[in-house]
Amino acid sequence: MPQGKLAFDYSVSGTLCLKISGDWQIVSGLPSLDEVILQLNTHSDIVQITFNSAGLDRWDSGLAAFLLKLIKECEPRNIRVVSDGLPKGAQKLLLLAQAVHERNVVSQKIREPILVVIGNSVIRIKDEINSLLDFLGELIISFVRLMRGRAYMRRDDFVAIVQDCGAAAFPLVSLISILVGLILAFVGAMQLKMFGAQVFVADIVGIAMVRVMGAIMTGIIMTGRTGASFAAQLGIMQTNEEIDALRTLGISPVEFLVMPRVLALVLMMPLLTLYSNLMGILGGYVISVGMLEVSPAEYFSRTQAAVGINNLWVGLVHSIVFGIIIAVSGCFRGIQCGRSAAAVGESTTSAVVTGITSIVIATAIITYICQLLGV
Amino acid sequence: MDNVQTISKPVIEVFNLDIGYGDEVIMRNLNFSVHKGEAFIIMGGSGCGKSTLLKVIIGLKEPLAGKVMYEDISFWDADPLQQLGIMRRFGVLYQGGALWSSLTLAENIALPLEMYTDLSQQRIREVVSLKLALVGLSGYEDFYPAEISGGMRKRAGLARAMALDPDILFFDEPSAGLDPLSARLLDDLIVQLCDTLGTTVVMVTHELTSIFTVGNNSIFLDAQAKTMIAAGDPKQLLKQSNDPRVVEFLTRGEKTARSI
Repeated sequence: MPQGKLAFDYSVSGTLCLKISGDWQIVSGLPSLDEVILQLNTHSDIVQITFNSAGLDRWDSGLAAFLLKLIKECEPRNIRVVSDGLPKGAQKLLLLAQAVHERNVVSQKIREPILVVIGNSVIRIKDEINSLLDFLGELIISFVRLMRGRAYMRRDDFVAIVQDCGAAAFPLVSLISILVGLILAFVGAMQLKMFGAQVFVADIVGIAMVRVMGAIMTGIIMTGRTGASFAAQLGIMQTNEEIDALRTLGISPVEFLVMPRVLALVLMMPLLTLYSNLMGILGGYVISVGMLEVSPAEYFSRTQAAVGINNLWVGLVHSIVFGIIIAVSGCFRGIQCGRSAAAVGESTTSAVVTGITSIVIATAIITYICQLLGV
Repeated sequence: MDNVQTISKPVIEVFNLDIGYGDEVIMRNLNFSVHKGEAFIIMGGSGCGKSTLLKVIIGLKEPLAGKVMYEDISFWDADPLQQLGIMRRFGVLYQGGALWSSLTLAENIALPLEMYTDLSQQRIREVVSLKLALVGLSGYEDFYPAEISGGMRKRAGLARAMALDPDILFFDEPSAGLDPLSARLLDDLIVQLCDTLGTTVVMVTHELTSIFTVGNNSIFLDAQAKTMIAAGDPKQLLKQSNDPRVVEFLTRGEKTARSI
């Protein structure tokens, strides 16, 4: 495929005639403007540029882009560009490209000094905290209304959400919990084997799972699974103006959308955590019985002896707190969402980040409180 | 919709309204009133703040300054209970229909009825069927919003907006995204329904066909002037306005200045 070619003709004094020939298409590559600029620099007497396109084959917007750049280069040099010799289509395209459509140019964004940027982000954080507190306040009001039987919440929605964040999460919770049980047992066994105390693997797995790991692992799974889905659902509802439609009907979106989600998750998290505990212990069992030659009866009696009811309560408290955290962060980010696809993505990401960070912080706080209470 | 009753008391009055986001004012000093039975158009170019103005009027966004009066009550100064009372009297059709995606069409329309009336489920079902029939969607009761076309969603949105037989209906660009025929049908439907029910219409649009088919009063917002630059019946504005911006808009740029 012949590439676009450029030739220079100086037969008329003060005029540079550009002979354009061959194919001038984006795909076949275009001659560089530098050649022309070099000519302009060496011939300072040029006052106008004309064109001869007799040998031009096929061309597309690549030619127009080249010409536009040429015109820009010629402007400061006071060189006139006469487009008469170009194909009619190219002349029209050039005119279109040069036309100014926007009557009013929107005020340009100015770079702000660093102190202003810092100040603005502090204000943004303050606003965010305020809106979180507003959200929590509204949630509490909705809960009180629900207790008094005056909240407007659809039972069908609630049941569907319970199904989605309860039963539907079973397979994932099973897989992760068994694996965590296996890992805990394996790491523990390495150390305990040195003292011939393999049987205590049951204690390690049992206490770790029931007291904290079961709840944390379930919490992390549910943040990624359900928290993110809450944020995306509400975010898209925000984008589609569904939340505005609720507001103008006088229905509180917190009452109608957030409340059933929070309740469902708070209800399901302890159950999932109990199930996760069981699965973790099962994982430990596989390692103990399969690799460490501990008898099944011995493993279960050790687990029974080690895991006290206190551990179970601590685990359940964790799970309820995590349930609230996950649902609130997911729904809050969803309600806060902007009106674009990118905003939905951002709110989903930040729901997961907020959820997981808050879970870790909450675990630290609960552990400290348990330490103080001697539980 | 030619019988404008301008003598009656306005149902909505807007005084010295400034609207915007944060510190940025996008429209200032808006003053107009909407009378009972009127079809009031808020028009202007894209991005001039028409939808933001609508949000302020329907109580979704607080104004920077000024008042929105519903009869004798200033919406933004009223307590939440009074605001709810005002909102109860109007219906809104959003740009995309804004149907609740997890509910069927029947459930969408039933929701406001369940919320504000004591009707039995059976009666609600009957009212829902009637409203769907009015917008030509009989038999679509159990469809989800995702299962119907954009035009049908708009009509279902209209049925929901009319669920409680509101005094005022607000429309945010009702014909946006519809083919010319569906847009025309929707406009005709709005005119017919409102004529029959005596509903006041406030419509945000930049579609000339809608403006001339539906409207009998209007304001024209201009992004550069940051305020309204014309008011009145759009058909009269087309004939009489001397403002080149208004004429240019109403004639699709065919006439830039009227030869006087």
